[in-house]
Order: sequence, then C-alpha cells, then structure tokens
Amino acid sequence: MGRCFREAIRTLLAGWIVGAGTVSAQVAVRGSVIRTMAGPAIPNGVVVLRDGRIAEVGPAGTVAVPEGFRVLDAEVVTPGLVDAHGIVGLSGIFNHPHDQDQLERSAPIQPELRAIDAYNPNEQLVEWVRSFGVTTVHTGHAPGELISGQTMVVKLAGRTVEQAVLVETAAVSATLSPVAQKKEKGQSPGTRGKMMAMLRQQFIKAREYLEKRQQAEEDKRPGRDLGLELLGRVLRRELPLMVTADRAQDIVSALRLAKEFDLRLWLDSAAEAYLVIDEIKAAGVPVIVHPVMYRAWGERRNLSYETPAKLRQAGIPIALQSGYEDYVPKTRVVLFEAGLAVANGLSFDEALAAITIDSARLLGVADRVGSIEVGKDGDLALFDGDPFEYTTHCTAVLINGEIVSEKPH
Amino acid sequence: MRPTHADDVDGGGTEAVRRRRGLGVGSAVSCLELEGVLTHGSKVLLSFLATVAVAQAQTTPLAFEGARILPIDAPDIDSGVLVVHRGKIVAVGPAGSVLLDESVQRIDVTGKVVMPGLVCTHNHVGGIGGADSSDPLQPDVRIFDSLNVRDPGFRRVVAGGLTTINVMPGSGHLLSGQTIYLKMRRGDTIEDLYILDAAGRPMGGLKMANGTNSMREKPFPSTRAKSAALVRDRFIKAQEYREKLARTAGQPEKAPPRDLGLEALVEVLEGSRIVHHHTHRADDIITVLRLAKEFNFRVVLHHVSEGWKVAEEIARADVPCSVILVDSPGGKLEAANLLFPTAAILEKAGVKVAFHTDDWITDSRIFLRMAALGVRAGMSREGALQAVTLSGAEMLDLGERLGSLSVSKDADFIVLSGDPFSVYTKVLETWVEGEKVFDREDPADRLHAVGGYGAGDDSEPYFCCFGQGEHD
Repeated sequence: MGRCFREAIRTLLAGWIVGAGTVSAQVAVRGSVIRTMAGPAIPNGVVVLRDGRIAEVGPAGTVAVPEGFRVLDAEVVTPGLVDAHGIVGLSGIFNHPHDQDQLERSAPIQPELRAIDAYNPNEQLVEWVRSFGVTTVHTGHAPGELISGQTMVVKLAGRTVEQAVLVETAAVSATLSPVAQKKEKGQSPGTRGKMMAMLRQQFIKAREYLEKRQQAEEDKRPGRDLGLELLGRVLRRELPLMVTADRAQDIVSALRLAKEFDLRLWLDSAAEAYLVIDEIKAAGVPVIVHPVMYRAWGERRNLSYETPAKLRQAGIPIALQSGYEDYVPKTRVVLFEAGLAVANGLSFDEALAAITIDSARLLGVADRVGSIEVGKDGDLALFDGDPFEYTTHCTAVLINGEIVSEKPH
Repeated sequence: MRPTHADDVDGGGTEAVRRRRGLGVGSAVSCLELEGVLTHGSKVLLSFLATVAVAQAQTTPLAFEGARILPIDAPDIDSGVLVVHRGKIVAVGPAGSVLLDESVQRIDVTGKVVMPGLVCTHNHVGGIGGADSSDPLQPDVRIFDSLNVRDPGFRRVVAGGLTTINVMPGSGHLLSGQTIYLKMRRGDTIEDLYILDAAGRPMGGLKMANGTNSMREKPFPSTRAKSAALVRDRFIKAQEYREKLARTAGQPEKAPPRDLGLEALVEVLEGSRIVHHHTHRADDIITVLRLAKEFNFRVVLHHVSEGWKVAEEIARADVPCSVILVDSPGGKLEAANLLFPTAAILEKAGVKVAFHTDDWITDSRIFLRMAALGVRAGMSREGALQAVTLSGAEMLDLGERLGSLSVSKDADFIVLSGDPFSVYTKVLETWVEGEKVFDREDPADRLHAVGGYGAGDDSEPYFCCFGQGEHD
C-alpha cells in the first residue's frame, strides 16, 4: 500500500469529486457514431463547434477539423441530454433545510413562486448530473402542493441563473395526489374532491381576474396579483399546467380539469398511465414519465418499467425525467432511466429521443437544443460505448461549445 | 470463528418444510465422491438411480446444459453443465464432461448465463418493524417477529435473482435488533425461509448504527461521543452477564435471570452473531473499528460511504465491507461523499467487499446494476461478481453453504439472458435449493419483475424515529 495505493485512489477518484472547472476552446468532436437525432446516425463523423454553436456536422470524409481546433474523440456522440423534469439546483445534496428550496409549504396554491429565484447553479448535484451528459434540465418547484410554483428550463452552465436560463417560466406545477393533502384538522385540501374543487375555484378566479384587468376604466381594474397573473397565462395557453398524478383516477381528473378550462396540459410521473392510454391519447396530452427506477411505493406502487414503451407505442409523446423524491437519491440521472426503459421495450432511438429531441420539443426548446444540427447550441455528450450500458463511461460533456466535464464517469 | 455447516445437507428450512418436501432427515446427496470443478477431458458418470429412494420435491436430478457458467470460485466456463439434485449442486463443468444417465432431466440453457443466486447482506423487505422509540439499544427485538412472508417485496427479491437476504431493522437506533438471514424459498410462514445453524436455530446478525441517524431527542443520544458511551455501557453489561453465566454454569438456582437483550449480546461477544453496522462518515467508521476491537466482536461495515478515505485502516483491521451505491451522493451530510469508486478503492486496499440493495433504498430487481456501476468506477469484474454472491455469503457466515457454484453447495442459482453487467440482461429464472422460485415467463412472476397494476401491495416498513428527509 502506501504511496502506490494513494496514487491508485487518486486515479479512481479523478473527476468524481466535484469542483472541476470549465475549459473554453474551439472544439471538434470525432465519433465512431454520431447520433444526431436529426436523421440517421453518422458513422465515423465529425462535429465542429464554433463560437458556442454547432458549425458543421457530417462524415469525416466531408467535414474537416479546422486548423487549431482542439479535437475530442469518442465512440458515441449524442446531443447533450435534456432532462424533462427534475429539481436539481432547487434541491441540494445535503437534504437539509438550508439547501431545500423546491417546496414551499406555507399555502397550497402559490403559482407566483418563480424557479429563477430558487435555483443555485453552483449546486453539486448540477455538476453530478452534468458529468453523465445532461446539459439541459427542466427544473423548478416540486410536486407536493396543489400548485407549488413555476418551473423553468436551464442549461447546466453559468455561475448565475441568468446565465443558465433558457426559459424563465416553462410551466406551472400542480399535484393531484395525496402528497399534496394536509393532514391537520381544519386544513385544506384534505381529500381528492377538495383538491379538484380548489383548483377549479382558482382557475375561475383567474378568469375573472383576467376579465377585470381588461376593463377600460383604470380605477375599476384590480391591482396586480402575481399568482392570478400566472394562472391567467395558463388560461391563455401561454403556459402549460404540469400536473403530477400517478393513480389512473388522478390522471383522469387532470384530463377533466384541462378540458373544463381548455388548458395546455403536461402529465407528469403518471405511474398508472398504462391503464388510461386511450384517454390520454384522445386528449392529445404528452407525458413526462416518472423515472423508470422510481421506488414502487405509495401512489406509485403499481408503476411499471414498461410504461414508457407502452405510451410510445400508442403514439403518445413522451419524455423521461429524473424526478423528485424527498429521500435518496437526491437526484436520478436520465441517462440511466432511459437505459432501463430500453431494457423494457423502448427502442434505443426512442429512448435516446426521450432524453434529447423529444424532451426538447415537449419543453419548447428544440430550436436551441436536443439534436446535433448546424446552428444549434454546442451541447454534446461523449461516450466510450453504448451510452445506456452500465459499464460505459460518459467521457466528456460540452455546453455552448465549452468542455464542462472531461473525466470518465 | 463460528463453525460452518456444509454438512447440514438439506440447507436449512424448518422441519415443516422438510416434511412437506419429503426430505428425510439425514437423506444423503448422491455422488459425494465428486469434488471440485470438473475439467475438460475428465468425464464422470453420475448415477442417480441407486440413490433415489424416498419421494421428495427435487427427486429428479436436473442438468442445465450449454450456458456460460460463472461459478465465482472457479474460472468461467464458456459452455458448461450444472447438475443439481435434492437441493444441492452435484456437478459443475464443461458441457459433455459429465455423463448423465436417463434419470436426469436435461434442460437446454444454451446462450444463457448461469451464476449463483445473489446474496444481499442488507435488505428491508417484508414489512419490517424492529425496535421502537423507547430505547436507543434494543437487542431483544427480533426482526422475524414482524415479517409478512406474503409481502410482494419478496417477489421482487426473487425477480432480481436474490436467493439469500439479510433482513434487518432500520438504522434509527444505535442497536435496532436481531436480523434474520432468509432463503427465498416459497413459504407459507416466515419460518419456511429460515436458514438454520447446526443447532437448528435460525441464523441472523445484530443491527447497529452510528452517525446521525441514531442521534435525536432523549432517550437517544445527541452526540457521537454519547452514542459510543451508550454502546460501551451496554456491552460491558453484557460482558458481566456473560461472566456471571459462566460462573454459575451448572447451578441454575444461582444463574442470573434471563435477559433477552443481554443474551443476544452474549452471542455477539462469543462470535456466533455478527454485528451488521450501518456507518457512513470516515470517523464513524473508525469508531466502529475501535468498539469492535474493545469488545472483540465480529463486524461487517454497511454502506461505508466514506470508506474510500480510510480504506487502509479498514484493511488493517481485516473487517469486511458491504457497500451501497445510489444514483447520486447526499441525502444527508454524512452521505455527501458517497461515490461510485468506493467499492473499487476498498477492493484495491484488500478489503473484502460486498454490495447490498438496502431495499427499499434501491430495488432488489436491479441489484446486479450496482455491481456493474462498481465496475464502471474501476472495480474488477471478478470482484464485482463476488460482491453480489460469495463475499456477501461469507459476511453472513454462509460462505461454506452457498454463494458459488461448487459441488455440495446449495443449488441456488439464476439463469440470465446475457452478461450480468449489461442493462439489457434479464433474470429469466431463479432457483433455490433445486426448486424454481421465479420464472419470467410466468405471468404472475413477470408482473413483479416489470411492475404493473396489482404488483405493489407491500407492507409499509417501519423505520423508527426518523425525521423527514432522513434515511437509511
């Protein structure tokens, strides 16, 4: 042991301990396979990143590495991964009150809570998921209150949220599950029926608020109400309502609510979605499916590894997520969730799409991220083998053309 | 060291189970002359006709032919044969190395992988309810008094290829009770799953914990020093109790009154009950080593999140480690340095390493994934395979009976669709003592393997005394 052993330890730990800086350079990436997610995979391809964006992509024979560019080699190159729903940055690694900003419990309905006011871009878990190829995350207020707040889309780069943000308000997060019920006597909501009644009442209030704000006479207009303003944007279909529901009956309640108020709905988690596939499809609603490895527990006790495959086969748009649990792990990694979905019926391409281009489309950011196309952001994940295999490593990650991770993970 | 019992031929099970299966007490395994792994060129005739006398569950010898066999304690066999009879392994070797008579049922598993049933040293399925909030040390509590053998968690356990598990109470106490080692037989009562020692007693360990989980309001300690002091005080009482028992041996009228808790601790002091110790932070790990040295108890370190910081010290103490890897570090301060390379570093330091699911922290169905992640972070392939089989068995004092595919060990094995470390590989079948307990083709079993409506009616585990956001 002694010195040799310590060197061995350092080698094994290299890159696993957080704190690595970013490296800025003009970069070209050579891959045995480039999975562009915008057409067929390119064998023996090259991606050239210039000034933070994708400048060229194609077979090595047609795309040359420009003079002076740093070259990274990989077995498989994919777009930077897009996690369709998580809480990193709001929920921190320590799970102590000082780093848990994902859920405000002072009232059941608080759509005015902005994700940008709670996100810590320097959180260790941000770096953790990034080291496995994740470059974009839809993060924000967690399931757990009837309306817990707003979500946003960030790139996992930058020292401030302003530098990181792609979409400041992506959705309003609602929960139709007993986790959002109050157990104390006299507190609401305490039942499923009451949850729906409160949501409906609030949307009716928001509709009235919108109408009153339109009044010609200024003194008759109500003062600004941040919460109702947000729900007004949902009613105007500018923002989707993301409803976390797991039991089939709660999923159907979400569809009922969306129909009544003509809302844009994203179903989230949806553990029993496989029981109501026809209804979800008829409503034309996308599903951000729970992490495949979520614990089969409580409302999710009947979850199935095959849900992503079943929904996709039915033609329902899906994306995969890292999710939210108030326990360990403090975050999951979409790369691993997608792999288990492939092992349970989803095709390789469908699964990769569910954490890249399909996720980006669902979130409305496909013009910037989610595929390797000229003009898009220089966000790439490099692997030394099949990205989904447990023993493969993510060897490098680039965001906006900068290398943000280059130790094998 | 505790004696091991390779001669406990039927591999445990209650008398009721033996009767149900028609296993006569003292029924012998045939072909005892077969020892070790057969090699190419050596052909051995196994004749079972003469020895099949009584009707019993696995009366028909079974030969699994054509699979890649990973015996764990011997080199892999590319195309092998595994022969099991009356719950035991009777032959392992390259295909064609064993001449089988017509009594043997031959099962073609060409293209599959066969390896020992997985051993999980730390599991919480079955609706556990151990120590309550009355005392931080409760060695009198037996976890098996709380288990529901019909809990679907057990079905997920076999779906993951686990054949032996150590079911433990939670870690909210310095000492939360006696653990139980279970064989995943199909049973009607929890007794049917016991693993018995030579004296016919169910085998198990003792669950202890340090660090922040067991620190809380009175009567629990609120500092690490007080935690250690409470443990030392109780072990000293056990030493005194043991001495008194020894002094009064043969004089029942003078013997101290029975004390269930101290009796369990005496078993620990005598080495017949292993301490399974939850511990995360490096200094807490060292505290466990200090206490184990003072009271000379046998201990397995569990979780060992910061084990990578004190790997040399653990190696010097010659204490084995059962490691968990979860998808991200943290969840509490003392687990913030839980990193994938922990197992690799401990392995390099020469420490015996196992993995555990800590189910429900991680799901038993994907236990092999943890070993694969260990490999991803630098562990050897062989070490990672041992860590989910033989090394775990050794940490439960069962290394002589199970954990590898070698002759005379229990016929506990799994049939996989491919490489054990691939995400795409499925556990196709799980066999315990020569009987199939999981078959992915059976719709009822498949429901538990992939999930779906009706899969999840678990009993809720009782983790005493935790606040929100705390965990095992």
